[in-house]
Amino acid sequence: MAGSNKTKITPPRWLLAELTYACPLQCPYCANPIDYANYQAELSTEDWKRVLTQARKMGAVQLGFSGGEPLTRKDLPELVKHARDLGYYSNLITSGYGLTEEKIVQLKEAGLDHIQVSIQASSQELNDHLAGTESFQLKKEVAHLVKKHGYPMVLCVVIHRENIHQMPEILAMAEELGADYLELANTQYYGWAHANRDLLLPTKEQFEQAEQIAQAFKEKVAGKMKIYYVVPDFYEDRPKACMNGWGTTFLTIAPDGVALPCHSARELPGMDCPNVKDYSIEQIWNESKTFNFFRGYDWMKEPCSSCDEKEKDFGGCRCQAYLLSGDMYAADPVCSKSPNHPIIQEAIDSAKASALADNEKPLIFRNSKNSRLLS
Amino acid sequence: MTINPNQPIKFSPLHRLQWEEAQQKDVILYPEGMVELNQSSAEILKLCDGTRNLAQIVADLEQKFATKGLANDITAFLEVALKNGWIQQN
Repeated sequence: MAGSNKTKITPPRWLLAELTYACPLQCPYCANPIDYANYQAELSTEDWKRVLTQARKMGAVQLGFSGGEPLTRKDLPELVKHARDLGYYSNLITSGYGLTEEKIVQLKEAGLDHIQVSIQASSQELNDHLAGTESFQLKKEVAHLVKKHGYPMVLCVVIHRENIHQMPEILAMAEELGADYLELANTQYYGWAHANRDLLLPTKEQFEQAEQIAQAFKEKVAGKMKIYYVVPDFYEDRPKACMNGWGTTFLTIAPDGVALPCHSARELPGMDCPNVKDYSIEQIWNESKTFNFFRGYDWMKEPCSSCDEKEKDFGGCRCQAYLLSGDMYAADPVCSKSPNHPIIQEAIDSAKASALADNEKPLIFRNSKNSRLLS
Repeated sequence: MTINPNQPIKFSPLHRLQWEEAQQKDVILYPEGMVELNQSSAEILKLCDGTRNLAQIVADLEQKFATKGLANDITAFLEVALKNGWIQQN
């Protein structure tokens, strides 16, 4: 389109294949949508193979098999093999639940590159409470087996108020299990975590103390273990460069085939997210209304549109702007330049008040019953 | 971390080195990450197959590109590679 100032479209590099919303765990900070129980239909094996082929042709190279619990899909080894044949680097993002040694070997032979195991806490009691399932011992065994069979082992621990005091023990556990990478993911408050925010958001003091401990550990294990530290944006002055910019790098396919620029995007109003059963990945990526919605900078409002940092953080996260301010075009309220920034302090104060209250309300666990109740 | 000149160098089994047609580049892939390589870095890493030591890698590349004096650049790059865990010794 000569003469047009349309944003140049870069090809997708990362494909997140959310194979299913089924999961034996019930983590109260799950990133799946609250109303996941309404999406029962799952893509067929052939649909997934077609998606993998089309996205690879466009340049996607990192592939995450996620969910829910991706191991509940019986065709996982077949999809892994297809991905390997296409040249993807494939990552299995799992709770470890249902991962036997036989399956670990089978997936390795199919060409799986790496396994990321989530652990909820450093103690059995808290892990099993947060997961809503007895799973701690099993997860540790899985971590050993992953190493034994030559995979890079990534341990992922989501950090929040219930486990942030365990930071030293979590780090010791990662070392003991021989993790090659440790992802310390401070909770991002979407989906179930948003619903449970008063119970999960740590205080600034808790967060800073935990960060210091993690930082010292990072230096100690340099060269042996890599630490991915996901910052809690509620305690930052500037928003995260969400998804590296909308429709620039990341493509998520939900279990029912809906294509999303990020895994929360289907919660934005009027997005009409396209389905891979109706369109090719190329059509979806290049031509769909959804993927073009927040590309470039033309959609921005003040203070973003004249901000000299807009090319750095793209105005932050659209889903967070919508969730917290009701306006998906607004600056991410995390930004101190945002007129909605006081919302963040209110959320922090509300969480602190909840922690100090005599009768703290219970966590809402992620399961189908609660999903139907809340949606 | 420095390269031991006597030991062979091998590309890490926890990473994958691969040509990307869409990007027209060699890349290193690892859990949740990717590094794009320029041509000379890729040429060096392709020789890290566990049979050659530093001097042999330098000699092979100097011969391949009919040039001399690559030792410093190659050593510097391999030290970065070692630090990043892309290569291993023993």
